[in-house]
This record gives sequence, C-alpha cells and structure tokens, in this order.
Amino acid sequence: MLGVRKLGEGTLEYVGQMGAMGMFLLRSVLYTLSPPLKFLRVLKQIRFIGFQSMVVILLTGSFSGMVLGFQGYYSLSRFGSDAFLGPMVGLALIKELGPVITALMVTGRAGSAIAAEIGVMRISEQIDALELMGLNPYRYLIVPNLLAGLICLPLLTAVFDVVGIFGGYMIGVKLLGVSGGTYFAEMANYVEMQDVMEGIYKSLSFGVIIVWVSCFKGYFTGIFSGYGAEGVSKATTQAVVLSSVLVLVWDYFMTSLLF
Amino acid sequence: MIKITDLHKSFDGNRVLRGISLEIKKGEVIALIGRSGGGKSVLLKHVSGLMKPDRGSVFIDGKDVATLKGRGLMALRDRLGFLFQGGALFDSMTVYENVAFPLEEKTNWDHERIRERVLLELERVGLSGAEEKYPSQISGGMVKRAALARALVMDPEIMLFDEPTTGLDPIIGHAILNLIHSCHRRFSFTGIIVTHEIPKIFEIVDRVALIHEGVVLIEGTPEEFISSTEPMVKAFLGEPMEEAGGESG
Ligand SMILES: Nc1ncnc2c1ncn2[C@@H]1O[C@H](COP(=O)(O)OP(=O)(O)O)[C@@H](O)[C@H]1O
Ligand SMILES: [Mg+2]
Repeated sequence: MLGVRKLGEGTLEYVGQMGAMGMFLLRSVLYTLSPPLKFLRVLKQIRFIGFQSMVVILLTGSFSGMVLGFQGYYSLSRFGSDAFLGPMVGLALIKELGPVITALMVTGRAGSAIAAEIGVMRISEQIDALELMGLNPYRYLIVPNLLAGLICLPLLTAVFDVVGIFGGYMIGVKLLGVSGGTYFAEMANYVEMQDVMEGIYKSLSFGVIIVWVSCFKGYFTGIFSGYGAEGVSKATTQAVVLSSVLVLVWDYFMTSLLF
Repeated sequence: MIKITDLHKSFDGNRVLRGISLEIKKGEVIALIGRSGGGKSVLLKHVSGLMKPDRGSVFIDGKDVATLKGRGLMALRDRLGFLFQGGALFDSMTVYENVAFPLEEKTNWDHERIRERVLLELERVGLSGAEEKYPSQISGGMVKRAALARALVMDPEIMLFDEPTTGLDPIIGHAILNLIHSCHRRFSFTGIIVTHEIPKIFEIVDRVALIHEGVVLIEGTPEEFISSTEPMVKAFLGEPMEEAGGESG
C-alpha cells in the first residue's frame, strides 16, 4: 500500500516536473522572440559557451579524428578499400560524432556552470531581486544563454569536424600511407550537402537541449532539488546527467527521422 | 496604504503564517520583530508579491497584490524597494554596477546623471572607494550597505527591510539604522523593518508588531510596547520574566 502510494507520488512529481520543463521552454522561446534583447549579455554568453569551449573542442576533435583514422584504416584495408577512408571519417564526424561529442563536451563545461550560476542566484535571492526591480529574469538569464547555445553549438561542431577530418588525415595519409589526394577527393565525392545539414540541425537542437535543461535545473533550485548549497550541487549534477541523456536520445530520433 | 488581512501560508504542512492582520499607513514605519524562523521574511515576500498566500490577502492602495499581473505588478514593483536578508547583490557585477543597475534598466537617464546619483548613494552608505569591488571581495556589512544603496537608489515609496543589521557589529548596525532613519526623513517612504535591534529600533519606528506562532501577538507604539505586560514582549525586551528590572532593556 505504501509502495503504491510512493509510486504514485513519484509519478506525479515526475509529470509535474515535465510540465514545468515544457512551460519553461515555451516561456524562454517566447521571450527570445519578443524584444527587447539584452545584447551585451548574449555576447557574454557566446564568449562563455563558445569561445571558452574551444580548447576542449580542439582537443577532443583532433583525437576523435585520429582514432577514426586508425580504426577506419584497419577496417577498410581488410576489404582493400582504404581509398574510402576520407568519406568514412568525414561522414562519421559530420553526421554523428561531431554534433554529439561537441554537445557532451559543452554540457560538461558550460551546462554545469550555467546550472550552478543560476542556482546560486536563486538561493541567494538574486533572482527575486531582479523580479522585484520589475525586470524579467528570463530576459536576463535564460534568453542570452538560449541564443548563445543556438549560435555556438553549430560553430563548435564545425570546428570539431574540421579538426577531426584533419586528424584523420594525419593518421590515414601521413602515418599509414593512404594517398592524400584520394582522402579529400573521395570525401568531396561522397559527403552530400544533406549530410552537412543533418549535422547542423542536430547541433542546433542540442544547443537548445543543453541550455534548456541547465537553465531549468538552475532556475528551480530549491523547488525540484533541495535548498542551499546542497540544492545547487544537486541541480548541477541533474543538469549534466539529464542533458547528456536527452542529447543521446534526441540524437537517435533525429537520425532515424533524417535517415 | 498596506493592509494585510488574515494571511495564511504553509509549506508542506509547516504552518508558518496563521492569520496575520496588520495595517500600515502612508509614511509610517513599522518594526516587525519575532523569533527566527517565525515567518517574517515570508511575510515580506507576500507584501512584495514574491509569494502567494494560501488564504487572506495583502492590499496595497486597495489592490490585492496576489492578483496583480503584468503592468499592474510592474507598477507596484516600481514603487517598492526591498533589502534582502543576505543582500542579494548580483555577484557578477561590481558594487557600482549593482547600484547603477536599476537606474540603467528602469530610467532613461544618461551616464553622467546615473554616475552622480550612484556615487551620492554610495557616499551616503559610506561605501565611497569600494565602487569597483565585487560582492565576494567585501565584508558582510559592506554587502548590506551596498544592497541598501541599491534598494534606495530609485527613491521607492514603500521600503521593506529584511534584517538590515543582523550579523553586523553594533557600530555599523546602528549606523545603518540611522541611515534608514535619515532616508525616511528625506523622502518619507512607508516602511517595514524586520529586526532584532531592540531597543535601538524604537527610536526610528512609529509602531512595533511582534509576530509569534504565525499571528501578530501584539502591536502598538514603542511606548505601548515597552509598557506591555505580555510575557513574550518582556522576553524580547530582555527583561527578567518576573521582576521588570530597571537597568536592562
Ligand atoms: N520557499 C520556502 N519553502 C519552504 N519553506 C520555507 C520557504 N521559505 C521559508 N520557509 C520556512 O518558513 C519558515 C519561516 O521562515 P522565515 O520567514 O525565513 O523566518 P524568519 O522569521 O526568520 O525570517 C521557516 O521554517 C522556513 O523553513
Ligand atoms: Mg528572515
């Protein structure tokens, strides 16, 4: 009996939180579309989400490309088709690995920080203070992050892809001896505009997911997680876990839809 | 001007406010005292519309705060200043930027005018020279004073102070209370001060209300309050329960 009740309570809370998350996204989008826009804050967040993630993206991008170079070469050379190393590396990065790994890296680096920052603002009553000044917290805290996410994720993904393709080139061509001309020529032959667009759509939607979940978790610190410093740490952890999971689940749906 | 009627609020079965009724006239300043955790901050949040009551209402100039939305709520908040217990300074901004923020966002003053006003306000609270510091770099007392400057910079008609002096040494604490008093003489706001500063607070407020177990236990002028025989009041005045000592209080 108690178990059933617990289950019911848990379900209700879960459904309630889903509803709140939906409302939160809706509001954020509405405020993004309606002026005024806090332009300076958008720039600041672009710097934070985009520019300051560059080192991580350069590192993970080049190593992912290099691994793909090795793995691709060993698989393809078994069928004597190592000439297709270029398209293989290119497609894997552009359609899948680029958007997904970039999103996971940005979640870990920027998403967690966004959740913590907004969470601290909530528990130290800075959000209440904004509201009491007659200012809309969404415009100051959420909208700039949302726009920055939409702008930065595709760009970071593009950087990841380029660095990765170059990493694959270093391994496949310089180390393992695939012909350099073939690597790029075959890639140009086989990678279609549609593939590139798929990557861009994915990274745009990942940008929304990361910012949405991180801002939501931070904004409602103390309501859906505990209060105080413990609440902030919970909110941060939940933000990272939930947005990583959502990125991968959404990636599956996008892939199956766009296939 | 502010009228609170039969206000109730619970959190998960924790009945914090159990029927608060209180009236504050225009230009009047009232001190709110009571035990920690007694719901004083919660009451201020209802007055400012940050929380919604379970039952009862807060009326400001006849309008029920809980039903205000959009423009109406904005209009109320433009008239309201709030000093949060922890200051609630924006920690991504310097002291100067914090105090300038409401002016920059809510007025169309030019930079020069804003600068003059902010520097004046910071001078009044004794923070000249700390303009470029971040909240994390200054002491608790300075945070409170910067927050006070931010709350007063828009010349609000209604001021809510949540423990403006708690955690400060008595010298700074009294300086802050004097500051509040001189501000009141300057532009005569209607105010609620939540405080534990007894008896100092009696010098600057018109009335005192004691909140106990979710209701206003007793309410009156400082003189009425001091001469009350209610045991809770005596406990707050720091007098021994039986023999009202002459030297204490
Ligand atoms: N947002 C909230 N959620 C749940 N409980 C709260 C909330 N705010 C205040 N409380 C509870 O209300 C009670 C009164 O708090 P408060 O008004 O801060 O007391 P104080 O008189 O010291 O200012 C406390 O028990 C506190 O735990
Ligand atoms: Mg309090």
